[in-house]
Amino acid sequence: MKFPYSDIVLEHFRHPRNVGQIEDADGKATEGSPSCGDMVSVYIKVDPDKKTISDIKFESYGCASNIATGSIITELAKGKTLDEAKKINWKTASDALGGLPKIKAHCSVLAVEGLRSAIQNYEERHGLVREKKPTTEEEIHKRLRKVMNPLSGLDIERTNLVKVVQLKDGTAHVMIDLPPDHQFSNSIKEEIKEKIEPLWDIKEVIVEFIT
Amino acid sequence: MFANRIYFDNSAATRLDERVLDAMKPYFFENYAVATSEFAYSEGISAREALDDLRSVLATSLGANSDEFIFTSGNTESSNIALKGVALALGKKKGTHIITSKIEDFPVLHSARGLEKRGFQVTYLKVDSNGFVDLDQLRDALTDKTILVSIQHANQEIGTIQDIETIAHICKEKDVLYHTDATHTFTRVPLDVSNIPVDLVTVSAHTIHGPKGIGGLYIRKGTSVTKWMDGGFQEFDIRPGLENIPGAAGFAKAADLVTSEETLRLQAMRDRIIDRVLTEIPNTTLNGHRHKRLPQNANITFHFVEGESITLHLDMHGYAVSTGSACFSRSLESSHVIMGIGGDHERAHGSIRFTFGRYNTINEVDDIVGTLGEIVKELRKISPLGKEKMEESK
Repeated sequence: MKFPYSDIVLEHFRHPRNVGQIEDADGKATEGSPSCGDMVSVYIKVDPDKKTISDIKFESYGCASNIATGSIITELAKGKTLDEAKKINWKTASDALGGLPKIKAHCSVLAVEGLRSAIQNYEERHGLVREKKPTTEEEIHKRLRKVMNPLSGLDIERTNLVKVVQLKDGTAHVMIDLPPDHQFSNSIKEEIKEKIEPLWDIKEVIVEFIT
Repeated sequence: MFANRIYFDNSAATRLDERVLDAMKPYFFENYAVATSEFAYSEGISAREALDDLRSVLATSLGANSDEFIFTSGNTESSNIALKGVALALGKKKGTHIITSKIEDFPVLHSARGLEKRGFQVTYLKVDSNGFVDLDQLRDALTDKTILVSIQHANQEIGTIQDIETIAHICKEKDVLYHTDATHTFTRVPLDVSNIPVDLVTVSAHTIHGPKGIGGLYIRKGTSVTKWMDGGFQEFDIRPGLENIPGAAGFAKAADLVTSEETLRLQAMRDRIIDRVLTEIPNTTLNGHRHKRLPQNANITFHFVEGESITLHLDMHGYAVSTGSACFSRSLESSHVIMGIGGDHERAHGSIRFTFGRYNTINEVDDIVGTLGEIVKELRKISPLGKEKMEESK
C-alpha cells in the first residue's frame, strides 16, 4: 500500500501521544477553527520554579498531518524550559516526523502555533504581559509569515507572494501576487484573514490578488 | 497489488468489466484502422460501420437518433462542448446569459466561470438543503437573453437527482436550450430524450465499468453548437480528432451490461450503509435526499472529525472512499456541494462519500460500518469539538 506520509507520521497518527485536556492547565490555547479545516488545542502545566513544561496535552480536529504534528510537539516540548519550547518551529516538528508533505504545511503549523500561544497564555496570566501596542505593518508581515504557500511548503512572505501591505484606520490591505482564480487563492485568503483579524485594533482585512 | 481491498469510490472511477475489454480488443489488434469515408479501403470502411453501430447503441440507450450522439474524451470534454459550443453559437445572435447551479461538477462550473471572463453573464442557482435547484428562482432568472440552462441530472457528491423533466419544460417554454450532466445517472437512472425535452446530455463510460477516456454528448437535432477545437471533420464536424473506436466499443458494451437488477443491488448497498450508519453511529448526518438520490451513492457527515483522517484510517484498514474535506482536495477548499446545500465547513470536512459498483457486495458494506464506528470513536476522543453533544448522546 502507498500512503502519502512517512512511517513516523503514520505512527503518531495512529497512536497520538499526550491526547486530552488538562483540567487545571497553567496555559492553554486553541489555534485554527472548524472553518479553516483544522483546529488544535494545547494545554500546559508549568513548573513555576524551573519554568519548564511539566505536562502537556493536545486535542486535534484535523487531518493526519495535523494530528501527528500535535502529537510530536507534545513530545518535543515536555520537560523543556519555556524559552526552549518557544523555539520549536514547523521545521523542528517536520524533521522529527521524518518530513511532511509541503501542501500540508498549513495544517501542521497550527500545532506549533498552539504550543507558542499556550506559552504566551501562561505568560499573560502570570504577569509577563506586554501592553497592547498598536498594530504596525511590520506586525502584519510577521503574521503573514505564518500563512503557508501550499505550492512550496514555505510561508507566503518567504516565497514573495506578499506584494503590498497597507494599514490605514484599522483596515489592513494585503496584496498577493497570484491571480484571483488561482487554485489556492481562496484558501490563502481565508488563512490571511484568520491570522490578521484577531489583532485587537484591526477592523477589516482586505485581501487582493493582483497578478 | 490491491487484492483484499474494498473499493467504494465508483463515482470517481470503476474497475473495467472483462467483457468490456473483450469488446474493445478487436479494435486494437484486428481492425485498428481510422474510420474513413465510404470510398476508402476495406479496413476503413469496416471501422466506419463499426463506429456507426456503436454510436447507434449509445444513442438508442438515451432514446436519441444515431446522428444526435457524438463521442468525446469523457464528461469533461462533453460539458465543455455543450457550454462553450452553445455560447459561441448564440452569444452574438441571441444573448450572453447562462444559468447553472451552484453544485454542478467542475466541467460545467468552470466552463461557466471561463465564459464569465469572456463577457458572458452567469446565474448560479441556489439549491435547498437536499440539493434541489430552486425552480422558482430558475423561472425568475430566465430572460430573453438567456441562451442556455445547464443543470445536472444527479449530483456527483451527494447524489441528489434533480427534477429534470420540469426543468426541461420550463426551459422549453421560454425557448432556451437545456443541457444536463448525466455522468452519474447514465444507464442507472432513466433518461429518455424522446420524452424529456432536454437538448444536450453529457455521459461518460468511466462510471459504468467502461474504459477511461471515452464519453459522449447527446445533441438534439437542430441545436446550435459551434465547433471550437480545430482539426478534421470527425463527429459531425463538432469534435475533431481520430475516433477512439476501441473506447467507443467499450463504452457501448459497458452501457449494454448495466441491468436494472444490478441497479437494485447497488441501491440495497446504499440503503444498508445509510440505515446502519445513521442508527449505529451518533452525530451523523446524511447529505442529499434520502430517496431521490443516485442508487449507488451514500454521503454522510461524521460530525466533530475531519474527513482526511477518516479516509486515511479506512485506507489502512483496506477501504477506498472519498471526502469533501478541504485537506483531501487539490485546491484545499471544502466541497462546494456541501457548502451549497447550506452546510458549514465542519459538515463538509467530516463528509465521506461511498459509491458502489458491480464488484462490491453487501457484506463489504456491513464490514465497513463496524470499522467506521471504531475509527470515528477514536478520532472523536482526540477532537476538541462537540464534547458536550457527545456527552448527551452517550
